[in-house]
Amino acid sequence: MTATTTGRPAPAHAPQRRRPQSRRRGGGLRRMRQATPLTYFALLLTFVLSVFPLWWMFVVATRTTTAASQFPPALVPGGNFFANVERLFANTSANFTTGMLNSVIASTSVAVSVVFFCSLAGFALAKLKFKGRGFFTVAVVVTMAVPVQIGLVPLLILMDWLGWRGELQSVIVPFMVSGFGVFMMRQYVLQTIPDDLMEAARIDGCSTFRIYWSVVLPALRPAMVVLALLTFMQTWNEFIWALAVLTPENPTVQFSIQQLNQSAFARDFALMFTGATFATLPLLIIFFVFGRQLVGRIMEGAIKA
Amino acid sequence: MTSLQHGAPPSPSPGSPDGAGPRPPGPRERARARRSEMLSKLDTRTSPYLFITPFFLLFGVFGLFPLLYTVWVSLHDWSLIGGNEGFTGLDNYVRLVGDEKFWNALYNTLGIFVIAVVPQLLLALLLADTLNRRIRFANLFRMTLILPYITSIAALAIVFSVVFGGEQFGLINQLLTALGLDPIAWQGDRYWSWAAIATMIDWRWTGYNALIYLAAMQSIPKDVYEAADLDGASRMRQFAQITVPLLRPTIIFTVIISTIGQMQLFTEPTIFGTNGYGGGNQGQFQTVMMLVFQETFDYQNFGYAAAVSWVLFLIVVVMGLINVWLTSRIKGAE
Repeated sequence: MTATTTGRPAPAHAPQRRRPQSRRRGGGLRRMRQATPLTYFALLLTFVLSVFPLWWMFVVATRTTTAASQFPPALVPGGNFFANVERLFANTSANFTTGMLNSVIASTSVAVSVVFFCSLAGFALAKLKFKGRGFFTVAVVVTMAVPVQIGLVPLLILMDWLGWRGELQSVIVPFMVSGFGVFMMRQYVLQTIPDDLMEAARIDGCSTFRIYWSVVLPALRPAMVVLALLTFMQTWNEFIWALAVLTPENPTVQFSIQQLNQSAFARDFALMFTGATFATLPLLIIFFVFGRQLVGRIMEGAIKA
Repeated sequence: MTSLQHGAPPSPSPGSPDGAGPRPPGPRERARARRSEMLSKLDTRTSPYLFITPFFLLFGVFGLFPLLYTVWVSLHDWSLIGGNEGFTGLDNYVRLVGDEKFWNALYNTLGIFVIAVVPQLLLALLLADTLNRRIRFANLFRMTLILPYITSIAALAIVFSVVFGGEQFGLINQLLTALGLDPIAWQGDRYWSWAAIATMIDWRWTGYNALIYLAAMQSIPKDVYEAADLDGASRMRQFAQITVPLLRPTIIFTVIISTIGQMQLFTEPTIFGTNGYGGGNQGQFQTVMMLVFQETFDYQNFGYAAAVSWVLFLIVVVMGLINVWLTSRIKGAE
């Protein structure tokens, strides 16, 4: 990204002067090809394909059920949104109010807990000296590759033992830590916290936890925000485990909309799409507020990988 | 502790009431100093372990234990209501080998994986190459790439199920009819149902992978291309012979991540279907994970579901190892 922004002025002038001899090469040191009309066509197509399903979801949510089977598809919102919302929250099989509330509580608590525990462990693995540090660091990386969802049946049995089946904590506690989070925090601590700062705090008589709390946490804020957002999104989106362990009476929002989808009667598309819109809404808000940061994080992670 | 006083002279030590300058420490101060030194030693020794304990404890209880316990459950006759009803050895595995439904589910899972991931990664490469130019609204287009990735899987699976829809009413079939073509049996036909599910997966993940490839492309040194330019290599050749080979580690990374994810495919086909975990009236798009759910909840057969899960786990591990082995072979060949 920095290369793009800092390098931009130079090639803008350079190729114009040298166009006859090296048009294909672009601008000398900075090689960035010019976009052709085909480039913009491809990008525009991508844009339309990415946005259309979301937009159409919203449009049907503002109309009646017949809009879902109209062709050509309805593209302009209608006036039925609030009536649909009312029906959605009144629907007895979906328990949508409970679902939304449960999802907000679960996603928020998992995000807070992941950020806390992962930054704590990441800090220890990055900066503290102790026996077995290398081993534990490798262990964290290994946990990232383990597909734990496969242990679904025993996890259900465990929930029975604990009496948590159907309770909200069953979709919170198992997700309170993440190997990805620990690893991400460790990398960030290594990059941002100089050893001198740690030493200075130690000499001032800070306990290790105090150093974490007053020196490390403030410096980690940007990474913590990103980890919190990613975790919130992931928990909000969680479907498999919620379906396995919760009940239709006490669902998460994703479970709620599946209840509408699998209704025994004729499926009410306007209702389903209104539910789907609500299930997507918090994620869209995050996207509009923090989208650029998330793009940066995904690209950053790619280079390290 | 002495170093502490040197390091922070301005703050008056709470131990000395008058706060006047350095003074030979009395026996009390010395005892206190020893105690705090011990405390600080205890702190530096135990804190690291305390800090990593929550992670390993929670992972152990809710991640590792269930995974290992799967093996134990799979060796028993275990039902939802009756609980453990006795050791049965490898019976569940014997049943699995002869179970057509298992092989069918595995075939579906692998099939959907292939027709989803191959076009997805190729498209992502092309998209990344398209974005790796001087373009207007670069940020807008990058944001567009991750828009599908951040949406709710279940919500969009519902939308796509309606887009594909039944015989007549789905948007795509209406479009086909308008073009004078025959509508497609998206639910009834095995391979068309795979295509519908693969579309949902690719809609979500293509942009995300493109973004990862774009980042990797931008870290390729520019002079590599300049040398190729001087040699007169065309753009297409540069893409095929420089960009793709240099991106190989990144591509392998995305393949491994996709493998782990797609072998556990569940949400899209479950929502696409209308018969619970059955995956279509003939099980034409029932995945292995859906079979696990069916055995667990519809037939309440925990033992068999655990055996299926464990075999799925082994398949994921083997596929991961094959990936790693291929990687090292390719590296060795160079």
